[in-house]
Amino acid sequence: MDKKVAIVGIGTTGFRATTPDVSYRELTYEAATKAYLDAGIEPQEVGAFVATSEDFLEGYSISDEYSPDQLGAVLKSIHTVPGDFIQGLGNGVMLIMSGYADIVVVQGMSKASNMVTKGDLLTFAADPFAWRPLQESPHAIAAMEMNRFLYESGNTIEQCAQVVVKNRRNALLNPRAALGAALELEDVLNADPVAEPLCRLDIAQHADGAVVCVLASQEKVGSLKGNPIWVRDVSWATETNALDSRTWGEAVYMQLAAEKAYRMAGIRTPAKEIDFAELNDEYSYKELQHIEALGLCAWGESGKLSEIGWSERTGEFPVNTAGGCLGCGHLFELDGGQKVLDAVLQLRGQAGELQLKTANTAVAAGWRGVPTTTGAVVVLGN
Amino acid sequence: MDIKHQKKIDKTVTSLRKKDVTGGKVVTESWEPNLEYAWDNGPAISRYLAELKKGKLIGKRCNKCDRVLLPPRMFCEICWRPTDEWVYVEDTGTVNTFCISHVDWKAGRLNIKGGVRPFTPAVIEIDGASKGMGILHMIDKTNPKNIKMGMRVKAVWKPAEKREGSITDIEYFKPIGKKK
Ligand SMILES: [Zn+2]
Repeated sequence: MDKKVAIVGIGTTGFRATTPDVSYRELTYEAATKAYLDAGIEPQEVGAFVATSEDFLEGYSISDEYSPDQLGAVLKSIHTVPGDFIQGLGNGVMLIMSGYADIVVVQGMSKASNMVTKGDLLTFAADPFAWRPLQESPHAIAAMEMNRFLYESGNTIEQCAQVVVKNRRNALLNPRAALGAALELEDVLNADPVAEPLCRLDIAQHADGAVVCVLASQEKVGSLKGNPIWVRDVSWATETNALDSRTWGEAVYMQLAAEKAYRMAGIRTPAKEIDFAELNDEYSYKELQHIEALGLCAWGESGKLSEIGWSERTGEFPVNTAGGCLGCGHLFELDGGQKVLDAVLQLRGQAGELQLKTANTAVAAGWRGVPTTTGAVVVLGN
Repeated sequence: MDIKHQKKIDKTVTSLRKKDVTGGKVVTESWEPNLEYAWDNGPAISRYLAELKKGKLIGKRCNKCDRVLLPPRMFCEICWRPTDEWVYVEDTGTVNTFCISHVDWKAGRLNIKGGVRPFTPAVIEIDGASKGMGILHMIDKTNPKNIKMGMRVKAVWKPAEKREGSITDIEYFKPIGKKK
Protein backbone atom coordinates (compact mmCIF):
# COMPACT_ATOMS: atom_id res chain seq x y z
CA MET A 1 0.00 0.00 0.00
CA ASP A 2 1.44 3.39 -0.91
CA LYS A 3 -0.08 5.28 2.01
CA LYS A 4 0.16 3.73 5.44
CA VAL A 5 -2.85 3.29 7.72
CA ALA A 6 -2.72 2.17 11.34
CA ILE A 7 -5.19 0.92 13.92
CA VAL A 8 -4.62 3.44 16.72
CA GLY A 9 -7.46 2.50 19.04
CA ILE A 10 -9.76 -0.43 19.70
CA GLY A 11 -12.57 -1.03 22.17
CA THR A 12 -15.00 -3.82 22.92
CA THR A 13 -17.77 -4.85 25.26
CA GLY A 14 -16.58 -8.42 25.29
CA PHE A 15 -18.87 -11.22 24.13
CA ARG A 16 -21.82 -12.75 26.00
CA ALA A 17 -24.75 -15.00 25.12
CA THR A 18 -27.21 -12.29 26.15
CA THR A 19 -26.95 -8.59 26.99
CA PRO A 20 -30.37 -7.76 28.43
CA ASP A 21 -29.03 -4.73 30.32
CA VAL A 22 -28.24 -2.69 27.23
CA SER A 23 -29.78 -1.82 23.89
CA TYR A 24 -27.74 -2.05 20.69
CA ARG A 25 -27.10 1.70 21.10
CA GLU A 26 -25.52 1.35 24.54
CA LEU A 27 -23.60 -1.73 23.44
CA THR A 28 -21.87 0.21 20.66
CA TYR A 29 -21.50 3.30 22.89
CA GLU A 30 -19.47 1.28 25.39
CA ALA A 31 -17.13 -0.11 22.73
CA ALA A 32 -16.78 3.31 21.08
CA THR A 33 -16.00 5.09 24.36
CA LYS A 34 -13.26 2.57 25.07
CA ALA A 35 -11.85 2.83 21.53
CA TYR A 36 -11.67 6.65 21.69
CA LEU A 37 -10.01 6.51 25.12
CA ASP A 38 -7.56 3.96 23.77
CA ALA A 39 -6.68 6.21 20.83
CA GLY A 40 -6.74 9.36 22.93
CA ILE A 41 -9.22 11.10 20.65
CA GLU A 42 -12.64 12.71 20.86
CA PRO A 43 -15.27 11.76 18.28
CA GLN A 44 -15.18 15.38 17.03
CA GLU A 45 -11.72 14.66 15.60
CA VAL A 46 -12.99 11.79 13.46
CA GLY A 47 -13.34 12.54 9.75
CA ALA A 48 -15.59 9.64 8.77
CA PHE A 49 -17.31 6.61 10.26
CA VAL A 50 -18.04 3.17 8.82
CA ALA A 51 -20.68 0.99 10.48
CA THR A 52 -21.35 -2.63 9.66
CA SER A 53 -24.90 -3.91 9.88
CA GLU A 54 -27.42 -5.97 7.98
CA ASP A 55 -31.08 -4.98 8.16
CA PHE A 56 -32.57 -8.42 8.70
CA LEU A 57 -30.12 -9.11 11.51
CA GLU A 58 -31.04 -5.86 13.28
CA GLY A 59 -34.76 -6.22 12.62
CA TYR A 60 -34.97 -2.70 11.19
CA SER A 61 -35.07 -1.74 7.57
CA ILE A 62 -32.62 0.99 6.59
CA SER A 63 -30.87 0.19 9.87
CA ASP A 64 -27.81 2.19 8.80
CA GLU A 65 -29.71 5.36 9.71
CA TYR A 66 -29.62 4.22 13.35
CA SER A 67 -25.81 4.18 13.49
CA PRO A 68 -24.60 7.76 14.16
CA ASP A 69 -25.68 8.59 17.75
CA GLN A 70 -23.86 5.83 19.58
CA LEU A 71 -20.61 6.55 17.70
CA GLY A 72 -20.61 10.30 18.24
CA ALA A 73 -21.16 10.58 14.48
CA VAL A 74 -24.14 12.93 14.41
CA LEU A 75 -23.74 15.41 11.53
CA LYS A 76 -20.63 13.60 10.30
CA SER A 77 -19.81 11.42 7.28
CA ILE A 78 -21.00 7.89 7.91
CA HIS A 79 -21.88 4.95 5.75
CA THR A 80 -22.75 1.35 6.42
CA VAL A 81 -21.21 -1.76 4.94
CA PRO A 82 -23.61 -4.70 4.95
CA GLY A 83 -20.80 -7.20 5.26
CA ASP A 84 -18.14 -8.48 7.60
CA PHE A 85 -16.32 -6.07 9.96
CA ILE A 86 -13.11 -6.56 7.95
CA GLN A 87 -14.93 -5.35 4.82
CA GLY A 88 -15.91 -2.29 6.87
CA LEU A 89 -12.27 -1.93 7.91
CA GLY A 90 -11.32 -2.04 4.22
CA ASN A 91 -13.73 0.81 3.55
CA GLY A 92 -12.16 2.79 6.38
CA VAL A 93 -8.67 2.19 4.96
CA MET A 94 -9.86 3.45 1.57
CA LEU A 95 -11.29 6.63 3.12
CA ILE A 96 -7.86 7.40 4.54
CA MET A 97 -5.87 6.35 1.48
CA SER A 98 -8.04 8.47 -0.78
CA GLY A 99 -7.41 11.49 1.41
CA TYR A 100 -11.04 11.86 2.45
CA ALA A 101 -10.21 11.67 6.16
CA ASP A 102 -7.20 11.32 8.47
CA ILE A 103 -9.06 9.51 11.24
CA VAL A 104 -11.78 6.95 10.53
CA VAL A 105 -13.83 4.87 12.94
CA VAL A 106 -15.10 1.37 12.07
CA GLN A 107 -17.91 -0.23 14.08
CA GLY A 108 -19.40 -3.70 14.30
CA MET A 109 -22.06 -5.09 16.63
CA SER A 110 -23.97 -8.30 17.25
CA LYS A 111 -27.29 -8.55 19.07
CA ALA A 112 -27.75 -12.18 18.12
CA SER A 113 -29.77 -12.73 21.31
CA ASN A 114 -32.46 -10.39 19.95
CA MET A 115 -33.03 -12.52 16.83
CA VAL A 116 -35.70 -14.96 17.92
CA THR A 117 -36.02 -16.84 14.62
CA LYS A 118 -32.39 -17.17 13.57
CA GLY A 119 -32.97 -20.28 11.46
CA ASP A 120 -35.77 -18.60 9.49
CA LEU A 121 -33.60 -15.53 9.03
CA LEU A 122 -30.91 -17.59 7.35
CA THR A 123 -33.37 -19.66 5.32
CA PHE A 124 -34.71 -16.34 4.07
CA ALA A 125 -31.28 -15.74 2.52
CA ALA A 126 -31.76 -18.71 0.17
CA ASP A 127 -32.99 -18.29 -3.40
CA PRO A 128 -36.82 -18.43 -3.28
CA PHE A 129 -37.18 -20.73 -6.30
CA ALA A 130 -34.17 -22.97 -6.28
CA TRP A 131 -33.49 -23.65 -2.60
CA ARG A 132 -35.92 -22.08 -0.17
CA PRO A 133 -38.78 -24.51 -0.84
CA LEU A 134 -36.48 -27.35 0.27
CA GLN A 135 -36.17 -25.72 3.72
CA GLU A 136 -32.66 -26.95 4.44
CA SER A 137 -31.24 -26.00 7.81
CA PRO A 138 -28.22 -23.68 7.65
CA HIS A 139 -26.35 -26.33 9.64
CA ALA A 140 -27.19 -28.89 6.94
CA ILE A 141 -25.58 -26.62 4.34
CA ALA A 142 -22.48 -26.40 6.53
CA ALA A 143 -22.48 -30.16 7.07
CA MET A 144 -22.48 -30.77 3.32
CA GLU A 145 -19.53 -28.44 2.99
CA MET A 146 -17.74 -30.20 5.86
CA ASN A 147 -18.29 -33.60 4.24
CA ARG A 148 -16.85 -32.50 0.93
CA PHE A 149 -13.95 -30.68 2.57
CA LEU A 150 -12.99 -33.74 4.64
CA TYR A 151 -13.43 -36.02 1.63
CA GLU A 152 -11.19 -33.93 -0.61
CA SER A 153 -8.56 -32.87 1.92
CA GLY A 154 -8.25 -36.07 3.90
CA ASN A 155 -8.72 -34.24 7.19
CA THR A 156 -10.84 -36.08 9.77
CA ILE A 157 -13.76 -35.52 12.13
CA GLU A 158 -11.40 -36.16 15.07
CA GLN A 159 -9.10 -33.39 13.83
CA CYS A 160 -12.08 -31.03 13.67
CA ALA A 161 -12.94 -31.99 17.24
CA GLN A 162 -9.37 -31.10 18.22
CA VAL A 163 -10.06 -27.55 17.00
CA VAL A 164 -13.02 -27.32 19.37
CA VAL A 165 -10.95 -28.52 22.32
CA LYS A 166 -8.19 -25.99 21.58
CA ASN A 167 -10.41 -22.96 21.02
CA ARG A 168 -12.69 -23.55 23.99
CA ARG A 169 -9.58 -23.95 26.19
CA ASN A 170 -8.01 -20.76 24.86
CA ALA A 171 -11.25 -18.96 25.70
CA LEU A 172 -10.89 -20.00 29.35
CA LEU A 173 -8.06 -17.47 29.66
CA ASN A 174 -9.85 -14.76 27.67
CA PRO A 175 -11.72 -12.36 29.98
CA ARG A 176 -13.85 -11.20 27.01
CA ALA A 177 -15.06 -14.71 26.12
CA ALA A 178 -18.03 -16.50 27.63
CA LEU A 179 -17.58 -19.95 26.16
CA GLY A 180 -14.37 -21.14 27.72
CA ALA A 181 -14.48 -24.83 28.61
CA ALA A 182 -12.02 -27.58 29.46
CA LEU A 183 -13.35 -30.21 27.06
CA GLU A 184 -11.78 -33.50 26.11
CA LEU A 185 -11.76 -34.84 22.57
CA GLU A 186 -14.30 -37.49 23.60
CA ASP A 187 -16.73 -34.83 24.83
CA VAL A 188 -16.81 -33.30 21.37
CA LEU A 189 -16.98 -36.59 19.48
CA ASN A 190 -19.81 -37.87 21.71
CA ALA A 191 -21.93 -34.71 21.53
CA ASP A 192 -25.31 -35.17 19.88
CA PRO A 193 -25.34 -34.94 16.09
CA VAL A 194 -26.90 -31.84 14.51
CA ALA A 195 -26.33 -32.54 10.84
CA GLU A 196 -23.79 -35.32 10.49
CA PRO A 197 -20.83 -35.03 10.49
CA LEU A 198 -21.49 -31.85 12.51
CA CYS A 199 -22.31 -32.33 16.16
CA ARG A 200 -23.50 -29.76 18.68
CA LEU A 201 -20.01 -28.84 19.90
CA ASP A 202 -18.67 -28.30 16.37
CA ILE A 203 -20.97 -25.29 16.06
CA ALA A 204 -20.17 -21.90 17.59
CA GLN A 205 -22.93 -20.58 19.84
CA HIS A 206 -24.37 -17.16 19.12
CA ALA A 207 -23.16 -14.16 21.09
CA ASP A 208 -23.72 -10.43 21.55
CA GLY A 209 -21.02 -7.80 21.59
CA ALA A 210 -19.49 -4.79 19.88
CA VAL A 211 -16.08 -3.78 18.58
CA VAL A 212 -15.06 -0.28 17.55
CA CYS A 213 -11.75 0.46 15.94
CA VAL A 214 -10.01 3.79 15.22
CA LEU A 215 -7.87 4.09 12.08
CA ALA A 216 -5.43 6.89 11.32
CA SER A 217 -3.16 7.96 8.50
CA GLN A 218 0.59 7.71 9.00
CA GLU A 219 0.86 11.50 9.31
CA LYS A 220 -1.73 11.53 12.07
CA VAL A 221 -0.27 8.59 14.01
CA GLY A 222 2.63 10.68 15.30
CA SER A 223 0.33 13.09 17.15
CA LEU A 224 -1.74 10.31 18.77
CA LYS A 225 -0.79 8.60 22.00
CA GLY A 226 -1.62 5.05 20.89
CA ASN A 227 0.34 1.99 20.07
CA PRO A 228 -0.14 1.82 16.29
CA ILE A 229 -0.75 -1.51 14.56
CA TRP A 230 -0.24 -1.15 10.83
CA VAL A 231 -2.73 -2.39 8.28
CA ARG A 232 -0.40 -3.98 5.76
CA ASP A 233 -3.28 -4.81 3.48
CA VAL A 234 -6.93 -5.77 3.42
CA SER A 235 -8.89 -7.65 0.79
CA TRP A 236 -12.09 -9.59 0.33
CA ALA A 237 -13.73 -11.89 -2.21
CA THR A 238 -17.02 -13.64 -2.86
CA GLU A 239 -17.60 -16.81 -4.83
CA THR A 240 -20.89 -17.58 -6.58
CA ASN A 241 -23.68 -17.90 -4.03
CA ALA A 242 -25.16 -20.84 -5.98
CA LEU A 243 -25.60 -23.80 -3.69
CA ASP A 244 -25.88 -25.99 -6.76
CA SER A 245 -22.53 -25.09 -8.23
CA ARG A 246 -20.24 -23.46 -5.67
CA THR A 247 -16.93 -25.02 -4.68
CA TRP A 248 -17.86 -27.23 -1.73
CA GLY A 249 -14.45 -28.54 -0.75
CA GLU A 250 -12.16 -25.54 -0.65
CA ALA A 251 -12.83 -22.05 0.69
CA VAL A 252 -11.82 -20.42 -2.61
CA TYR A 253 -13.30 -17.08 -1.55
CA MET A 254 -10.84 -16.94 1.35
CA GLN A 255 -7.98 -18.14 -0.78
CA LEU A 256 -8.53 -15.36 -3.32
CA ALA A 257 -8.92 -12.70 -0.63
CA ALA A 258 -5.72 -13.90 1.06
CA GLU A 259 -3.67 -14.09 -2.14
CA LYS A 260 -4.53 -10.50 -2.97
CA ALA A 261 -3.86 -9.26 0.55
CA TYR A 262 -0.51 -11.06 0.70
CA ARG A 263 0.53 -9.78 -2.71
CA MET A 264 -0.16 -6.17 -1.75
CA ALA A 265 1.47 -6.65 1.66
CA GLY A 266 4.54 -8.18 0.00
CA ILE A 267 4.15 -11.53 1.74
CA ARG A 268 5.46 -14.50 -0.25
CA THR A 269 5.57 -17.35 2.26
CA PRO A 270 2.73 -16.64 4.70
CA ALA A 271 3.53 -19.47 7.12
CA LYS A 272 7.04 -18.06 7.61
CA GLU A 273 6.34 -14.34 7.47
CA ILE A 274 3.20 -14.39 9.60
CA ASP A 275 3.38 -15.31 13.29
CA PHE A 276 -0.23 -16.25 14.06
CA ALA A 277 -3.78 -16.15 12.70
CA GLU A 278 -7.19 -15.19 14.02
CA LEU A 279 -9.63 -16.71 11.55
CA ASN A 280 -13.23 -17.76 11.21
CA ASP A 281 -14.06 -21.01 13.02
CA GLU A 282 -17.82 -20.69 13.17
CA TYR A 283 -17.86 -24.44 12.60
CA SER A 284 -14.87 -26.53 13.70
CA TYR A 285 -14.01 -27.61 10.15
CA LYS A 286 -13.96 -23.97 9.00
CA GLU A 287 -10.78 -23.38 11.01
CA LEU A 288 -9.00 -26.16 9.11
CA GLN A 289 -10.52 -25.11 5.78
CA HIS A 290 -9.54 -21.47 6.36
CA ILE A 291 -6.01 -22.33 7.54
CA GLU A 292 -5.50 -24.07 4.20
CA ALA A 293 -7.20 -21.32 2.19
CA LEU A 294 -4.96 -18.73 3.84
CA GLY A 295 -1.94 -20.73 2.67
CA LEU A 296 -0.65 -21.26 6.21
CA CYS A 297 0.06 -24.95 5.50
CA ALA A 298 -0.20 -27.32 2.57
CA TRP A 299 -3.60 -28.56 1.37
CA GLY A 300 -4.80 -31.41 3.52
CA GLU A 301 -2.20 -30.85 6.25
CA SER A 302 -4.11 -28.65 8.70
CA GLY A 303 -5.76 -31.54 10.53
CA LYS A 304 -2.56 -33.46 11.16
CA LEU A 305 -0.82 -30.27 12.26
CA SER A 306 -3.67 -29.49 14.67
CA GLU A 307 -3.32 -32.94 16.20
CA ILE A 308 0.35 -32.37 17.03
CA GLY A 309 -0.28 -28.97 18.61
CA TRP A 310 0.94 -26.79 15.72
CA SER A 311 -1.96 -24.32 16.15
CA GLU A 312 -1.88 -24.18 19.96
CA ARG A 313 -0.72 -20.95 21.61
CA THR A 314 2.53 -22.72 22.39
CA GLY A 315 2.69 -24.27 18.94
CA GLU A 316 4.58 -23.35 15.82
CA PHE A 317 1.71 -21.37 14.32
CA PRO A 318 -0.94 -20.28 16.86
CA VAL A 319 -4.49 -20.00 15.52
CA ASN A 320 -7.40 -18.35 17.32
CA THR A 321 -5.35 -17.59 20.39
CA ALA A 322 -8.29 -16.12 22.33
CA GLY A 323 -10.86 -18.75 21.40
CA GLY A 324 -12.20 -17.68 18.01
CA CYS A 325 -15.90 -18.12 17.31
CA LEU A 326 -16.03 -21.42 19.19
CA GLY A 327 -14.74 -19.69 22.33
CA CYS A 328 -16.14 -16.16 21.96
CA GLY A 329 -19.29 -16.84 19.95
CA HIS A 330 -20.82 -16.58 16.51
CA LEU A 331 -21.16 -12.83 16.07
CA PHE A 332 -22.59 -12.62 12.54
CA GLU A 333 -21.08 -9.56 10.78
CA LEU A 334 -18.89 -8.83 13.80
CA ASP A 335 -16.91 -12.02 13.15
CA GLY A 336 -13.94 -10.16 11.66
CA GLY A 337 -14.14 -7.62 14.49
CA GLN A 338 -13.42 -10.24 17.13
CA LYS A 339 -10.56 -11.54 14.95
CA VAL A 340 -9.02 -8.07 14.46
CA LEU A 341 -9.41 -7.29 18.16
CA ASP A 342 -7.49 -10.36 19.28
CA ALA A 343 -4.83 -9.87 16.61
CA VAL A 344 -4.32 -6.23 17.70
CA LEU A 345 -4.05 -7.16 21.40
CA GLN A 346 -1.44 -9.83 20.61
CA LEU A 347 0.55 -7.48 18.35
CA ARG A 348 0.56 -4.82 21.06
CA GLY A 349 1.63 -7.30 23.72
CA GLN A 350 -1.63 -6.71 25.60
CA ALA A 351 -3.10 -10.20 25.39
CA GLY A 352 -2.53 -10.96 29.08
CA GLU A 353 -2.32 -14.64 29.91
CA LEU A 354 -2.89 -15.43 26.24
CA GLN A 355 0.14 -13.44 25.08
CA LEU A 356 2.34 -15.12 22.48
CA LYS A 357 6.12 -14.83 22.68
CA THR A 358 6.43 -13.76 19.07
CA ALA A 359 3.69 -11.57 17.67
CA ASN A 360 4.86 -9.16 15.00
CA THR A 361 2.71 -10.03 12.00
CA ALA A 362 -0.81 -11.42 12.04
CA VAL A 363 -3.51 -12.36 9.60
CA ALA A 364 -7.17 -11.92 10.59
CA ALA A 365 -9.92 -13.43 8.46
CA GLY A 366 -13.71 -13.23 8.67
CA TRP A 367 -16.40 -15.22 6.91
CA ARG A 368 -19.98 -14.00 6.54
CA GLY A 369 -21.37 -17.40 7.53
CA VAL A 370 -23.92 -19.74 5.98
CA PRO A 371 -25.07 -19.48 3.22
CA THR A 372 -22.45 -16.96 2.04
CA THR A 373 -19.18 -17.41 0.23
CA THR A 374 -17.61 -14.13 1.33
CA GLY A 375 -14.30 -13.96 3.11
CA ALA A 376 -12.32 -10.90 4.19
CA VAL A 377 -8.64 -10.86 5.12
CA VAL A 378 -6.43 -8.26 6.76
CA VAL A 379 -2.70 -8.47 7.39
CA LEU A 380 -1.58 -6.54 10.45
CA GLY A 381 1.88 -5.72 11.76
CA ASN A 382 3.40 -3.87 14.71
CA MET B 1 -38.28 -8.49 -37.59
CA ASP B 2 -41.23 -8.41 -39.98
CA ILE B 3 -44.62 -7.19 -38.89
CA LYS B 4 -46.24 -10.57 -39.42
CA HIS B 5 -43.84 -12.21 -37.05
CA GLN B 6 -44.30 -9.43 -34.49
CA LYS B 7 -48.08 -9.97 -34.61
CA LYS B 8 -47.59 -13.65 -34.03
CA ILE B 9 -45.57 -12.87 -30.91
CA ASP B 10 -48.12 -10.31 -29.71
CA LYS B 11 -50.81 -12.97 -29.95
CA THR B 12 -48.95 -15.27 -27.59
CA VAL B 13 -47.89 -12.55 -25.15
CA THR B 14 -50.69 -11.84 -22.75
CA SER B 15 -50.60 -9.86 -19.56
CA LEU B 16 -51.05 -11.85 -16.39
CA ARG B 17 -54.41 -11.60 -14.70
CA LYS B 18 -54.99 -12.28 -11.07
CA LYS B 19 -56.99 -15.41 -11.78
CA ASP B 20 -54.10 -16.84 -13.80
CA VAL B 21 -52.06 -16.72 -10.64
CA THR B 22 -54.73 -17.82 -8.17
CA GLY B 23 -56.03 -20.48 -10.56
CA GLY B 24 -52.62 -22.09 -10.85
CA LYS B 25 -52.29 -21.28 -14.55
CA VAL B 26 -48.83 -19.92 -13.93
CA VAL B 27 -46.27 -21.37 -11.62
CA THR B 28 -45.67 -19.28 -8.51
CA GLU B 29 -43.74 -19.57 -5.30
CA SER B 30 -44.72 -17.75 -2.15
CA TRP B 31 -42.96 -17.47 1.16
CA GLU B 32 -44.07 -15.99 4.39
CA PRO B 33 -40.98 -14.88 6.29
CA ASN B 34 -40.95 -15.79 9.97
CA LEU B 35 -38.87 -12.97 11.36
CA GLU B 36 -39.20 -12.36 15.05
CA TYR B 37 -37.08 -10.07 17.20
CA ALA B 38 -36.95 -9.44 20.94
CA TRP B 39 -35.12 -6.13 21.25
CA ASP B 40 -33.38 -5.24 24.48
CA ASN B 41 -34.38 -1.66 25.13
CA GLY B 42 -31.73 -0.84 27.70
CA PRO B 43 -32.30 1.25 30.84
CA ALA B 44 -33.43 4.46 29.14
CA ILE B 45 -36.18 3.24 26.86
CA SER B 46 -37.23 0.55 29.35
CA ARG B 47 -37.85 3.18 32.03
CA TYR B 48 -39.56 5.46 29.49
CA LEU B 49 -42.02 2.68 28.66
CA ALA B 50 -42.52 1.75 32.32
CA GLU B 51 -43.35 5.40 33.12
CA LEU B 52 -45.78 5.59 30.20
CA LYS B 53 -47.63 2.71 31.83
CA LYS B 54 -47.90 4.86 34.96
CA GLY B 55 -49.22 7.75 32.87
CA LYS B 56 -46.01 9.77 33.12
CA LEU B 57 -43.40 11.08 30.72
CA ILE B 58 -39.76 10.88 31.78
CA GLY B 59 -36.59 12.27 30.19
CA LYS B 60 -32.94 12.36 31.14
CA ARG B 61 -30.77 15.44 31.59
CA CYS B 62 -27.28 16.03 30.24
CA ASN B 63 -25.59 18.34 32.72
CA LYS B 64 -23.01 19.44 30.16
CA CYS B 65 -25.28 20.82 27.44
CA ASP B 66 -28.14 21.20 29.93
CA ARG B 67 -30.61 19.51 27.63
CA VAL B 68 -33.43 17.31 28.89
CA LEU B 69 -33.53 14.47 26.37
CA LEU B 70 -36.88 12.97 25.52
CA PRO B 71 -37.21 10.05 24.95
CA PRO B 72 -34.44 9.52 27.52
CA ARG B 73 -31.00 8.31 26.46
CA MET B 74 -28.17 6.81 28.48
CA PHE B 75 -25.63 9.00 26.69
CA CYS B 76 -25.67 12.47 25.14
CA GLU B 77 -24.93 12.09 21.44
CA ILE B 78 -23.68 15.70 21.24
CA CYS B 79 -21.47 15.89 24.35
CA TRP B 80 -20.44 12.21 24.09
CA ARG B 81 -20.84 11.46 27.77
CA PRO B 82 -23.30 9.51 29.95
CA THR B 83 -26.44 11.47 30.78
CA ASP B 84 -27.28 12.50 34.34
CA GLU B 85 -30.58 12.74 36.28
CA TRP B 86 -33.94 11.36 35.33
CA VAL B 87 -36.42 14.21 34.90
CA TYR B 88 -40.20 13.96 34.80
CA VAL B 89 -41.63 16.25 32.16
CA GLU B 90 -45.19 17.48 31.54
CA ASP B 91 -47.72 15.82 29.29
CA THR B 92 -48.43 19.13 27.62
CA GLY B 93 -46.55 20.71 24.75
CA THR B 94 -46.41 22.79 21.61
CA VAL B 95 -46.88 21.65 18.02
CA ASN B 96 -43.56 21.84 16.19
CA THR B 97 -44.94 20.50 12.94
CA PHE B 98 -47.94 18.52 11.70
CA CYS B 99 -49.79 17.55 8.56
CA ILE B 100 -53.22 16.49 7.40
CA SER B 101 -52.80 13.04 5.90
CA HIS B 102 -55.32 11.60 3.46
CA VAL B 103 -53.44 8.32 3.36
CA ASP B 104 -52.78 5.77 6.08
CA TRP B 105 -49.33 4.52 7.05
CA LYS B 106 -49.34 1.98 4.24
CA ALA B 107 -50.12 4.85 1.84
CA GLY B 108 -53.67 3.52 1.33
CA ARG B 109 -56.21 6.28 0.63
CA LEU B 110 -58.61 7.10 3.45
CA ASN B 111 -62.28 7.51 2.61
CA ILE B 112 -62.33 11.19 3.54
CA LYS B 113 -65.46 11.91 1.48
CA GLY B 114 -67.17 9.03 3.24
CA GLY B 115 -66.61 10.80 6.54
CA VAL B 116 -63.31 9.30 7.68
CA ARG B 117 -61.24 11.84 9.57
CA PRO B 118 -57.79 12.47 8.05
CA PHE B 119 -54.81 11.40 10.15
CA THR B 120 -53.13 14.37 11.79
CA PRO B 121 -49.67 13.31 12.92
CA ALA B 122 -47.66 15.93 14.78
CA VAL B 123 -44.32 16.45 16.46
CA ILE B 124 -44.95 17.90 19.89
CA GLU B 125 -42.26 19.70 21.87
CA ILE B 126 -42.94 18.62 25.42
CA ASP B 127 -42.99 21.12 28.30
CA GLY B 128 -40.01 20.49 30.54
CA ALA B 129 -37.91 18.89 27.81
CA SER B 130 -35.40 20.92 25.81
CA LYS B 131 -36.41 22.93 22.77
CA GLY B 132 -36.74 20.55 19.85
CA MET B 133 -37.16 17.50 22.10
CA GLY B 134 -40.50 15.85 22.01
CA ILE B 135 -42.80 13.17 20.83
CA LEU B 136 -44.00 12.14 17.41
CA HIS B 137 -47.65 11.39 18.03
CA MET B 138 -51.05 12.42 16.71
CA ILE B 139 -53.66 15.04 17.33
CA ASP B 140 -57.32 14.10 17.45
CA LYS B 141 -60.75 15.31 18.54
CA THR B 142 -60.36 18.62 16.78
CA ASN B 143 -61.08 19.73 13.24
CA PRO B 144 -57.85 19.17 11.28
CA LYS B 145 -58.29 22.64 9.80
CA ASN B 146 -57.94 24.16 13.28
CA ILE B 147 -54.49 22.66 13.96
CA LYS B 148 -51.82 25.37 13.82
CA MET B 149 -48.07 25.60 14.27
CA GLY B 150 -47.28 26.45 17.87
CA MET B 151 -50.65 25.24 19.06
CA ARG B 152 -50.78 24.10 22.69
CA VAL B 153 -51.77 20.45 23.22
CA LYS B 154 -52.14 17.93 26.06
CA ALA B 155 -51.90 14.15 26.13
CA VAL B 156 -55.07 12.11 26.45
CA TRP B 157 -54.12 8.92 28.26
CA LYS B 158 -55.72 5.53 28.09
CA PRO B 159 -57.32 4.44 31.39
CA ALA B 160 -54.67 3.02 33.74
CA GLU B 161 -55.89 -0.56 33.45
CA LYS B 162 -55.54 -0.46 29.68
CA ARG B 163 -52.00 0.97 29.58
CA GLU B 164 -49.30 -1.50 28.67
CA GLY B 165 -46.00 0.40 28.58
CA SER B 166 -46.25 1.68 25.03
CA ILE B 167 -46.26 5.02 23.26
CA THR B 168 -49.90 4.23 22.45
CA ASP B 169 -50.69 4.51 26.19
CA ILE B 170 -51.21 8.10 25.10
CA GLU B 171 -54.21 7.86 22.80
CA TYR B 172 -53.68 11.26 21.19
CA PHE B 173 -53.00 14.90 21.97
CA LYS B 174 -55.84 17.40 22.18
CA PRO B 175 -55.73 21.20 21.92
CA ILE B 176 -55.69 23.21 25.14
CA GLY B 177 -55.57 26.93 25.90
CA LYS B 178 -52.57 29.22 25.56
CA LYS B 179 -49.54 28.70 27.80
CA LYS B 180 -49.70 30.82 30.95
ZN1 LIG C 1 -25.03 16.93 26.32
